[in-house]
Parts: sequence; structure tokens; C-alpha cells
Amino acid sequence: MAEYKGVMVYGELLEGKISSITTELLGCGRRLADELKEELLCIFVGDKLDEAPKKAVAFGADKVYTAEDPLLKEYQTDSYIAVMEKAVKDISPRILLFGQTSVGRDLAPSLAFRLGTSLSMDCIELGIDPGTKLLQQTRPVYGGNARGTFTSETSPQMATVRKKAMSPLEPDESRKGEITPFKVELDPTKVRTKVLETVKEEVTGVKLEDAQAIVTGGRGIGSPDGFKQLEELAKALKGAVGASRPPCDNKWVPDTMQIGLTGKIVTPELYIAVGVSGASQHLAGCSGAKNIIAINKDPEANIFREARFGVVGDWKQVLPAFSEKVKELLAG
Amino acid sequence: MPLNMIVCCKQVLDPEAPPASFKIDSSTNKVIPPPGVPPVISPFDEQAVEAALRIKDQQGGKITVLSLGNNLLRDVVKKPLSMGADELVLLEDEAFEGGDSWSIANALATAIKKIGEYDLIFCGRQAADWDAGQVGSGIAEILGIPSVTVAKKVEVADGKAKVERVIADGYQVIEITLPALITVSNELGEARYATLKGIMAAAKKQPVVWKPSDIGLEPSQVGAAGRRTKLLKLFQPVKEGKCELVEADTPAEAGAKLATRLREAKVI
Repeated sequence: MAEYKGVMVYGELLEGKISSITTELLGCGRRLADELKEELLCIFVGDKLDEAPKKAVAFGADKVYTAEDPLLKEYQTDSYIAVMEKAVKDISPRILLFGQTSVGRDLAPSLAFRLGTSLSMDCIELGIDPGTKLLQQTRPVYGGNARGTFTSETSPQMATVRKKAMSPLEPDESRKGEITPFKVELDPTKVRTKVLETVKEEVTGVKLEDAQAIVTGGRGIGSPDGFKQLEELAKALKGAVGASRPPCDNKWVPDTMQIGLTGKIVTPELYIAVGVSGASQHLAGCSGAKNIIAINKDPEANIFREARFGVVGDWKQVLPAFSEKVKELLAG
Repeated sequence: MPLNMIVCCKQVLDPEAPPASFKIDSSTNKVIPPPGVPPVISPFDEQAVEAALRIKDQQGGKITVLSLGNNLLRDVVKKPLSMGADELVLLEDEAFEGGDSWSIANALATAIKKIGEYDLIFCGRQAADWDAGQVGSGIAEILGIPSVTVAKKVEVADGKAKVERVIADGYQVIEITLPALITVSNELGEARYATLKGIMAAAKKQPVVWKPSDIGLEPSQVGAAGRRTKLLKLFQPVKEGKCELVEADTPAEAGAKLATRLREAKVI
């Protein structure tokens, strides 16, 4: 049997460029590879990779594999898994890391079962056990109420990593690395799915993931109209509006605005939660915010356990005056 | 065309229980069930039942629900029947306790092979206890059928399913050949309530109960014994819990004062 060596990152592109989660994975992977005194590898799968492999070297990779094929234009489980199954068998990395993205959360578990190994999804901490040299995988469980640390003795040891849980290295364009094309014969008749259409539902303005200020409404907002007031405040703060699950489930706002365990993970400087109870599932998506501010009429609401500042009161009465004062302060 | 559908449903501790009641026994690495809060079907799994029911409403079919565990409460695991599912198969035995994604998916896939006929298998995108998010994909791999994860809408026509898969900034419409496995996300919408007629019918229905040997597995292949991952430590993150509450005579004054306080603290 081949010896499993090296830490491999599954690289992704976003709008033609190396994605931020990939740079975060490379930062984390570099640390793990150094601890193991092994190489950091990276693989990209797609139809047009452009500068991304070079960038991966700048962000810390020693070797980058590029699987480029017109058949890989869109992500489909069957075609991508065929590439990755062969890559793992040929390269046999000790550790294989994915981002917890639309692709990662679909590809990683299928691949783990295909390879007969195991996986931890949505990890927020990874380390090397000093004794056993095994990968320690820590991830939120029970909707964010608890955390579990796992290890596995099957190879490769696989994990997906939550966005913004790890830090990228400063890119160094002078770093040297090897870029190798990775050839896979693809059989299109074996792809049992077809992407008919991709529909973008992104709201206009600042993207939630990029926003430095987010105003989030919860069940307490009560209607689509209530969210207009939140928009006004978000605009003043040059930020974006988010929602916990109930407003999305009730169709007051689009699903793409959902922040939480099964929605978006955000880490803004300022997070204003209005009428949000603070269920663990929601906090899983915003607990990385630097300052959480809560406005809620229930003094026992869980959000106050997470917030730095808060007001206990009906948001309909608190928010207008708050927004007015914020605008005045920002103008002055 | 009526379809044969199988839905995997997990009994879990109620995720809506107040977070303050959540406790861990660190000596056993297990969660202590909050007293007086009964378990529920994992919410995404209920929505998986809903996805199957919507197809049954349209074109007819049979829905078999599959649950795995030990000491499963009949009132809880029968809920999908009271919503409109047809049959209930329980993989119930001490040996099924303490499994991970691998041992659970393997047992479910083995049971599905025994059930035999299926066009569509539904699972929730992840269970509300361990949030692993792997069992659906795992079952599909073991059975050798295609899968689409994180679906918000499923329609079936001409031996194919059309699935809307949630992605970061919208959704994709994916066509998939049957038989297939689909995992369902909350964007599908709320699961229907049980009807009184459904509850009465469910009360009369006896579930089929299988032990590991009934599906041809050894106790050493299932549950904790069949795990591929080891849980080293289960713990609760430390909360600082130092919220500065801004108070004033009226809610409006408190709002204005909060803004001033944020400026003082250089937050805005």
C-alpha cells in the first residue's frame, strides 16, 4: 500500500480567481504540513484555472495539481469525484482539506465514502496530535451548542473547514512551487446529473459575506415591511441586511439572506441583531462577529449571552431612535 | 407514475430546547437529555418527509420511513406516518447506539437493499444532533446511485427528477436519473402538520423492527463498534456573557443612548 504523505488542499475559484476559503485552507494546511515536516499540496479542478494555481503557490503551496477539462466547467458530483478519486489514489495525501462550500459539502462526503475513509465536516479548528500525529478535527455539533474533537485512523484523513475559521498567509509572489497538470480520462456517459440552469438570487448592494456591518432581523420583526427599517439602518452603516431562519422560512425575505449553521457564516466588525432570539443554530453563523449588539424585548433571550451591548425593549420603539442617532453620529 | 420512496428519519434531542438547558457529561462525552423535553424527528428529516409527500400528492406512490437507533419512542418515530407516510421500518437495537456517519449510512443502505424497490431516497441535509451532513451522500455511494444534496424543491417526470439545489448565492436546477438520493434543506419550506385521521391511522400501524442480524450485519459492524471516527472530547464553548445593557426611561431614549454608547466604545 502506498504511503500517505503530505497535506492536500482542494482549491476553488470564485469568479475566476482563487477563492478566499482556498487561501484560508492553504494557511492552515501550511501550518499542519510544517508540523508534520511534509509538503503542502493543492489541487484545482475546473475548465479554466488561469492564475489560481500560481496564486496557490504564493499562498503557501509546494506543489499544485491542475485538472483542467471542458467537461469540468460546472461542478457535478460524478465528474468531480472521478477526478478526486484518481488524485487521492495517485498522490495519496495524508490529509485532505476542503472548504465548507456548496462544492465541498457535496463532494467531500461522497469522496470519503467512495474511498472508504472518514471525514469531519465544517471544522473550525485543526491540529496535529503530538503523540499519534493524527489530525485532530474540531467542529460544532448539536447546532452549535457543543463542540466535538474527532480523529480517524483511516487514510486520507479528510475535513471540510468553515469559512473564515482559518487565516491565510500573506501572499509571497516570489515563492517557488511546482505546478503539474493532472490528467484524467473523463467519461461523460457516467455523469448521471445535468445542470439545467443556475439562478443567482443575490440581493443588490453589499454582499453579506463581505459586509463590515450587518443588521439582522429575526422572528420578532414580524413582516416583510419590518425589514425595510433594517435596510435603512444598514444603508447608513454601509452594510448589509441579514436574517435568522424564521423570516426566511416565512418568506418575508429571500433564503439567501439567512445567516446561521445552514445559511451564511459572517464575521463583520458590527452585527446588530434585532428581534433575534439567538438560537444556537443562528449564533453558529455570526459568533465570529467582533461586536454583537442585541435589541430584543425578552431579557432572557439567548442573544444577550453573546452580545457586547444590548437594549431590552420592543424593537419598533427602540430602533427608530437608534437609527436616527446613528445617522446623526455618522454625519457629524 | 407512482413512485417508491424511502425517507430516512432520525430521532434526536429537541434542537429547539433552550440553549441554557444544554448539558454535557464530560466523563462519558455524552449529552445529558434535558428533563421534560421529549425527543423529536430531526427537522430536516421532517422536511425530507414533506418532499416525498409532495411527490405522492402529485402522482401517487408509497413512502417507507426508515429510522435507526435504540429505545425509539413510538410516538416520535410514528410522526411521519401521521403526516401521510405509508410504512415504518425501525432498525432498533442496542448495537445501533453510538454510531458515526459511516456505520449509520452503512446500516441504512443495507436495510434499503433489503427493502428492495425504490425510485427515490430522501434524507435531511444533516441531523440536528451531530450535524455531520454525510449520511445521505454515504448511502448513495454505498448503493451506487447518484445524489443531489441540499435540495429546496424536487419534481419527478419521465423517470427523472428535477431538483433545485441551494448554492451560496441562489440555486441550481439539476436533472438526475432515477433511482437517486436527495438530501433536503430547510428552504423546502415547513413540513405539514399531522392530521387527526393520520394520527389515528398511525396509532394502528405496527412498525417492522429489524436487528443487525435481520439485515445481515454483525453487531461489530454497526453503531459504536462500526465507527471509523473516534470522538476524543465533547465540550461546550466558553461564553463570556458580559452584555452591557443600556437602560433609559423610554425605549426610544434607550435606542438613542445605545447609539451614543457604541460611538464612545468606538464600535461605530
